[in-house]
Amino acid sequence: MESATVLEPTPIAASDTAPLISVEGLRVEFSTGRGVVKAVDGVDWSVQPGETMALVGESGCGKSVSALAVMRLLAKPAGRVAGGRILFEGRDLLTLSEEEMRERRGRDISMIFQEPMTSLNPILTIGLQIMEPLKIHLGMSEEQARARATELLGLVGIPDAERRLGQYPHQFSGGMRQRVMIAIGLACNPKLIIADEPTTALDVTIQAQILELMKELSRRLGITLVIITHNLGIVARYADRVAVMYAGRVVEEGPADRVFGAPRHPYTIGLMRSVPRLDRPRDAKLATIEGLPPNLLAPPSGCRFAARCPFRIDQCAIDPPYHDAGDGQRSACHRAEELAQGLAEATASPPAVTATSAATEILVDVRGLTKHFEVRGRGLMGAKGVVRAVQDVSFQIERGRTLGLVGESGCGKTTIGRTILRLEEATGGEVRFAGEDLVTASRSRMKELRTKIQVIFQDPYSSLNPRMTIGDIIAEPLVFRRGVARKEARERVAELLVQSGLYADFAERYPHQLSGGQRQRVGIARALAMDPSFIVCDEPVSALDVSIQGQIINLLDELQERLGLTYLFIAHDLAVVRHISHRIVVMYLGRVMEMADRDELYRAPLHPYTQALLDAAPVPDPALERARTPRALTGELPSPLSPPPGCVFHTRCPLATEECRRVVPEVREVRPGHFAACIKI
Amino acid sequence: MATAAQPAVASDAAVPGVRRLHPILAFIRYQPLGAAGLFVILVMGAAAILADVIAPYDPEAIDFVAMLTAPSWEHPFGTDAFGRDILTRIIYGARTALTIGFVSSFTGCSLGAVIGVTSAYFGGRVDLAIQRFIDVLLSYPIIVLALVVVAVLGHRPIGGIDVNLIAAIAIPIVPRVARVVRSSALAIREMPYVDAARAGGYSDRHIIFRHMLPNVLAPYLIMLTAYVAQAILLEASLSFLGLGVSEPKPAWGLMLSGDSANFYQEAPWMILFPGAAISLAVFSFNLFGDSLRDWLDPKFKT
Amino acid sequence: MLRYIAKRIFLMVPTLLGVAVLTFFMLRVVPGDIVEIKLRGDGGTVTQEVIERERERLGLNKPVVVQFGDWMKGLVTLDFGTSMWTGRAVIDEIGVRIGLTLQVAVMAAVISVLIALPLGTISALFRDTWIDYGVRIVTIAGLAVPSFWLGMLMIMGLLTFFAWSPPVTYTPFTEDPIANMSQLIWPALAVGYRYSAVVARMVRSSIIEVMKEDYIRTARAKGVYERLVVGRHAMRNALLPAITVVGLEFAFLIGGLVVTEQVFNLNGIGRLFVEAVGRNDFIIVQTLVLLIAVMFTVVNLVIDLLYGVLDPRIRYA
Repeated sequence: MESATVLEPTPIAASDTAPLISVEGLRVEFSTGRGVVKAVDGVDWSVQPGETMALVGESGCGKSVSALAVMRLLAKPAGRVAGGRILFEGRDLLTLSEEEMRERRGRDISMIFQEPMTSLNPILTIGLQIMEPLKIHLGMSEEQARARATELLGLVGIPDAERRLGQYPHQFSGGMRQRVMIAIGLACNPKLIIADEPTTALDVTIQAQILELMKELSRRLGITLVIITHNLGIVARYADRVAVMYAGRVVEEGPADRVFGAPRHPYTIGLMRSVPRLDRPRDAKLATIEGLPPNLLAPPSGCRFAARCPFRIDQCAIDPPYHDAGDGQRSACHRAEELAQGLAEATASPPAVTATSAATEILVDVRGLTKHFEVRGRGLMGAKGVVRAVQDVSFQIERGRTLGLVGESGCGKTTIGRTILRLEEATGGEVRFAGEDLVTASRSRMKELRTKIQVIFQDPYSSLNPRMTIGDIIAEPLVFRRGVARKEARERVAELLVQSGLYADFAERYPHQLSGGQRQRVGIARALAMDPSFIVCDEPVSALDVSIQGQIINLLDELQERLGLTYLFIAHDLAVVRHISHRIVVMYLGRVMEMADRDELYRAPLHPYTQALLDAAPVPDPALERARTPRALTGELPSPLSPPPGCVFHTRCPLATEECRRVVPEVREVRPGHFAACIKI
Repeated sequence: MATAAQPAVASDAAVPGVRRLHPILAFIRYQPLGAAGLFVILVMGAAAILADVIAPYDPEAIDFVAMLTAPSWEHPFGTDAFGRDILTRIIYGARTALTIGFVSSFTGCSLGAVIGVTSAYFGGRVDLAIQRFIDVLLSYPIIVLALVVVAVLGHRPIGGIDVNLIAAIAIPIVPRVARVVRSSALAIREMPYVDAARAGGYSDRHIIFRHMLPNVLAPYLIMLTAYVAQAILLEASLSFLGLGVSEPKPAWGLMLSGDSANFYQEAPWMILFPGAAISLAVFSFNLFGDSLRDWLDPKFKT
Repeated sequence: MLRYIAKRIFLMVPTLLGVAVLTFFMLRVVPGDIVEIKLRGDGGTVTQEVIERERERLGLNKPVVVQFGDWMKGLVTLDFGTSMWTGRAVIDEIGVRIGLTLQVAVMAAVISVLIALPLGTISALFRDTWIDYGVRIVTIAGLAVPSFWLGMLMIMGLLTFFAWSPPVTYTPFTEDPIANMSQLIWPALAVGYRYSAVVARMVRSSIIEVMKEDYIRTARAKGVYERLVVGRHAMRNALLPAITVVGLEFAFLIGGLVVTEQVFNLNGIGRLFVEAVGRNDFIIVQTLVLLIAVMFTVVNLVIDLLYGVLDPRIRYA
């Protein structure tokens, strides 16, 4: 944590004016088969007109639920508002009749949802879906509504609006659909837009486009914005105010600068420290918030964060009041004032001392790896197409090191992992493992080698067989591949569980009884049971919450150090990759764009795509974010089915010239150990 | 190593203060209709097994003195044109219906499951060939295929059970189950845990038996119950047409066929009770099957 | 579109050929043939010579493969052969009966869908209320009650209250529509109960699924009237799976009629089928099976085309 960044106490945006919306003591309950979940339990937040507020927290903290409660769109009959008020322009929305509420939805308050792929009706035209609220709320005629819809599509940056009104959602990409959602949200000039994780499902360059658009439009049209997100970078770049939620409550609220600069709740501090950051020197170890959030079926009494809090005192057994903690910040911590005076500084972890050990032997050597998939066209006799998922990719991984593979969806990073594991057969090239080519290895030889090469998958929910106990899952490699007797295997399972940060008695449980992070630890233990030297980690933390993500990354780091493991770490998050990798490969549409050692790559990225990626990722520091002008990459990700000729990146590249359309750039060594595929460097 | 010494994660993810119910009690609590169905099935099963003890008369004893007697204390459901006690024949009929229902559903579903998993696992030409054959079988309505099989095989009672009748009922079930099992096996084949097993280098047999089959079990069990209901209905229809169970063996469908239609007005009990028995049995299996589906559906699990 | 239909029809051929082959050869392995049953059925004494002559007349003395070839050749030239029992042309035997069966099937389908759509929708929208429980019990019962028993109950009721019994002769619609309808409505209702139960259950579950979709939430967040949310946004999506069931059940309705026609004394193709099976009149059996299979595949094609109309994501090249 940087020591008290000098910050002028910014006056809270016109605090004397009445808030546009204020949520007071909101409580929402869900009845489930196992009892009543108090998803939102006494929440207060408010937004001034024209402000952008961010509601931050991890999954299950109640941020989306409180927004749905504002819209009165909770899933019925399970969810219900159990108490509190939601004042919008002075009227309590909870007391309105269903019809009065309907009139306000879409006209005064709009909402944009997370999943652009499923949030639009697949069998109705885009035009109809945009015009619907115009006709209902503003009583427009068909022609008026059509004219306004055309105007709206132009506003959100969809060209050829007239024609596209007649198209259906499946004819739009994810980013374009989210633009359509924004157009629908804007249609009736609402006073308030609530955006629930509006860019979580999108690639980072598209995310930047959408967020810039939302910010620009809300400024221009004077719309108040509530953004719900788990991404602190987005908060820093776009929010004026922040409310941090934990376990169904707001634990801290205040101006973004102040909450980031001088947080007054231990959870906020923990959250900010556990994110790997691009704007800071890399820490040796990620700070983490140990443990799990409480179960809201039976929340603990007293402070809900106490069990995980490093600053816990006896007083925390009493529920802390949500109080004014000075400088316009409110906090629900007994020690908020102490925290403001720097209580947490001493516990910050030191920056990494980069131990540059001498280069060792090369364990994995990928040369010219190519993988094409044949896809059938529509219908039984449709024409065949070829997806060039991976095209001529080469890289080496040294023993005991980690190679990070980054890129957006469709770049081929996962296919590379699967091809190395021989879950897919390569179309061409070689993968040498300790000198032996895996691509041409015989079936029986490959079977032997599989104990040395293991994998950890992204989705902790589907990567464990739901019908096996944790003990059986981890014992399977021991008993069936390594010939360990069952009794010994049981002891070894206990060791592996503890080594992966779980308890030995977890062996009795089934996967569905574990949380996501715990399951991912089981996945790691299963891989380690083979005693491998090389592990392919396919997005192992991207399905996890920030605080849990840090725990898993640290675990992988420790295991590497202790057991001398070699990793191929596949991810889309640049900051995570930077934290864990020694060397990094950046991919785009099946090809390598750039390859360099970690520090070199982040300090001096050469390829325009890498630069754009780094640029698009917001960092959790409002001052930094405000200072820079992000250059959002324009255009869409092309389909891997028909990649552009020449340099695959030329359609979106700011440097592209006529030549880039024709020449496929070679991956060449621009500086020692630093490779890039661009003719303009 | 901090993690080696002290686990980073709380030991108990289970919710404190929430009592876990015994699975059977939980089923009764959350699926009351299904539990009711199961109860009726169990009562019928008990009656079928204990028929010799609890039935008041001999099911095949003809008593011309008591022909077409209306329901009374002596004959609670009345008697038929041969003076046979209808209650007795319904109790023994439960034996016929449940035996044929269970055996043919089990045979058909198991065969279908094996074919479905095989088809999904081998893929390629084998899959294509099996699928085309299944397409052919699926173009026959259930009862039409059963009738054709009956016509072909005739009747062959072994130990009081007509094996060919069971085959006729089981065969139409096979392609339907095979199709469902195949698609769920295909879905499971793509699951990351199967990928993890492949990356572990286990044999194909190991992967099929330890990872794929246990996960196909849920749809299999659901179909097993659903097709017991179908099989009972089909047996009743075939017997009604005179092509299933034959006289004088007691069977519900048979009790409704032939003569009984001549006694609509004189002896309505001859029609009411056997039909009600068929409906109640099928109804109970359907209720139970529906609840079982909800119960085994992972979407309903927390 | 036309190319797609042509392609689909072309692809139907192997399946139908499979049905023909399977039915034909299954029926030929039956012990004891029709001639024996026909001529020796009532225990009369017939010389072997007479039997052989009859077999020759029916072409049963030829090798099975040749018989199959003859049948196929006949099908292509639309000559379906003659009934082995009555000696009448198969096409006539079926022709006089199919109108009745189809009429009952269509009536059953129309009535069922008209009842099932609103019933399923209401049940879904009032999920887990007493309305829903009521509908669900009625529909599960619909799957449980055998149609022939339901038919018998109807006749019993009609006899008791209106002294009406199923007429022995069939009145065609063209002769006397009212007499025709009042005769056929009952079997249509008897088989229609199950049909509507199946459709209503499908409508219910697919509406429940659709109402959970994100785009329904979007529609509500726009302030769309609830009746439009259901009518415009949910219904059209929910209809897609319901259409499949309506089509498939229609194709299988013939199966339900096989039994129900007996109860109502109706001389339709269901009854013809049962009689033919009983008499080993294979020509009739195999032709009817093939006819039902053709109906099934054609209905499947129609469903697919309807999907194309209702779902813009599907385009036929």
